[in-house]
Amino acid sequence: MQQDLEVDRVTKRYGSQVVVDALSLAVAHGSFFSILGPSGCGKTTLLRIVAGFLQPDEGDVRIGGRSMRGVPPNRRPVNMVFQQLALFPMMTVGENIAYGLARRGVARTESADRVAAMLKRVGLPGAGDRRIDQLSGGQKQRVAIARSLVLEPTLLLLDEPLGALDLKLREHMKIELKHLQADFGTTFVYITHDQSEALVLSDHVAVMNAGRFEQVGTPQELYYQPCTPFVAGFVGANNRVAGSAVRVDGEVAELVTPEGLAVKARTSGVLAAGDAVEAFVRPEVIDLARDAAELPSAAQRFSGSVESLLFDGANSAVLVREERTRAEIRIALPQTGRFADLRVDEAIAFGFDPQRAVCFRAGSHAG
Amino acid sequence: MPDSAIAAAAPLESPGRRRTWLALMLLMAPAVVWLVGLIVLPHLELAMLSLRARVAPRVYEFSFDQYRTFIDEPLYWNTFVRTAGISILATFCTLLIAFPVAWHIAKVARGRVKSVLFVLCLIPFWVSETVRTLGWMILLRESGVLPRLLVDLGITAAPVEMLYHDATILVGLVYTSMLFMVVPLVSALESLDDSLIEAAYDLGGNGWSILRQIVVPHAAPGIAAGSIVVFMLTLGNYLTPTLLGGKNSLWFTEQIYAQFITRFNWEQGAAFGFLLLVLSTAIVWLGLKLTGQRFGDVMRRT
Repeated sequence: MQQDLEVDRVTKRYGSQVVVDALSLAVAHGSFFSILGPSGCGKTTLLRIVAGFLQPDEGDVRIGGRSMRGVPPNRRPVNMVFQQLALFPMMTVGENIAYGLARRGVARTESADRVAAMLKRVGLPGAGDRRIDQLSGGQKQRVAIARSLVLEPTLLLLDEPLGALDLKLREHMKIELKHLQADFGTTFVYITHDQSEALVLSDHVAVMNAGRFEQVGTPQELYYQPCTPFVAGFVGANNRVAGSAVRVDGEVAELVTPEGLAVKARTSGVLAAGDAVEAFVRPEVIDLARDAAELPSAAQRFSGSVESLLFDGANSAVLVREERTRAEIRIALPQTGRFADLRVDEAIAFGFDPQRAVCFRAGSHAG
Repeated sequence: MPDSAIAAAAPLESPGRRRTWLALMLLMAPAVVWLVGLIVLPHLELAMLSLRARVAPRVYEFSFDQYRTFIDEPLYWNTFVRTAGISILATFCTLLIAFPVAWHIAKVARGRVKSVLFVLCLIPFWVSETVRTLGWMILLRESGVLPRLLVDLGITAAPVEMLYHDATILVGLVYTSMLFMVVPLVSALESLDDSLIEAAYDLGGNGWSILRQIVVPHAAPGIAAGSIVVFMLTLGNYLTPTLLGGKNSLWFTEQIYAQFITRFNWEQGAAFGFLLLVLSTAIVWLGLKLTGQRFGDVMRRT
């Protein structure tokens, strides 16, 4: 498989602060790769190093197999869609898209044909004469992508381009971006702090924290087999339970919180009794029951009372307080509507299969 | 009951509205007095003065004689065209020098350095224009600092008189005008989003094409605003051309001064004043037309 982008042990420091820490990554041709991380994790710096706006202190970036050391941004086979899109307001839509072609010395007639064809492909046929301020948010998005893709780059970098859109449009543009990428087959490298964007769009996601990758994998791997506590906490909703391990029994460890709540979970990495441990239980793996006997036999069982109801359509959940320790746990409501009549303060039993929860030694990071 | 409803529905009649109206008038009063008293009235008076000729002591009649003199006398013509030409050139030179300065202040300098640079542009204006111009004379006159330096460095054999050339006038005018170009340019360039420049660079643009296609179009209203202000100041400048250009500077404001003060020919002076007004209006209008800009947009930027 040809690698369109290879980042080889790239380090970037600002003063004594290491922003990108000996980071390596490879992105296969034609794939949609996301870098997901909280703000300030160094993802924008990494993207700007790939685009050529910043020089790495150490390491190398190879694009299409060619080292980019000393190659300025205007000579790299890479284009970038900026966070604020950065469309040129002094030009029409057509002139925006034709800008890069003109810089490459493409003849005017050929450039006009390619602009028209590109506008049609992004669903804006005949919009070439419109002014930028006449476009809606979603249309601007498409023009920004068209302006880059018309140059047929090896790699398209996208710097949180959906950040400025409202929720509804963002959901719509997610699907559109995925279709555009599949349609053009260009390699996309997308950075975002929104885990839903990363999961929905990408073939592979790298979760970044403090200048390093915590885990690189498919969205499913990140969600179901997180390798570090950070990934488990950052990707998707999760209940975090911190305590110390009292017993490690093969794959399953039992931990007890300072308040005395005992929880069993599958171990990730090496754990020994006495270690400080963080366990994560997803809201949807916890079963609810009015009668503890209805819970599956493999589940460890708890009882508590409903603290509050969080109705959000298909994502509805309830916050439950465990009876003895007053620990607060978020549990997804089943979509069958079986618990639609749940009331605050109602006593309830809940439990989960230890195999579907995961625990790590506290504060552990990827190698 | 219906009467009071009507009264309430008529906002102009309500006391609140009347008070707002009064407040607005009071706020505008100084500006209106200034406009009418110092601009409209004197110009009406000048217009009337310029359109009469003295036929006998204290006897005047309506005539275009003053304007005819201007057309018939080549000296006046030449001075007029020369003043316009040098003013345009001075405006252009000011723009060329001010643009990199403004770019540096707006885009390169950060924090403290930025304000220090701005103050450095402002500092010359703490000294009166006369003193500043005299400073140039001390530097440039035959026995002055610069000719002396050229001799010491062996570049010229004898001290060269650097005053009383057109180039000297130009230097003085550009120096006097710098701040008025830098300020609107800085504000125009500051509003340019850096990501536009990065995007253009990313799409394959180089320095020159980005300047031409992104930066200058964005800054155009600021450039026009600065150019208009500098051009007006230059065209109407009296002190700098007179002191640095000497007797032969042939600046049009000197002609106006001469008519009013030396020759007591107020009619002729008024006609010249009007011609200068027409000239500056025409050139500004032409400049805006050529660069495809609207006066309103430009003035909003200043």
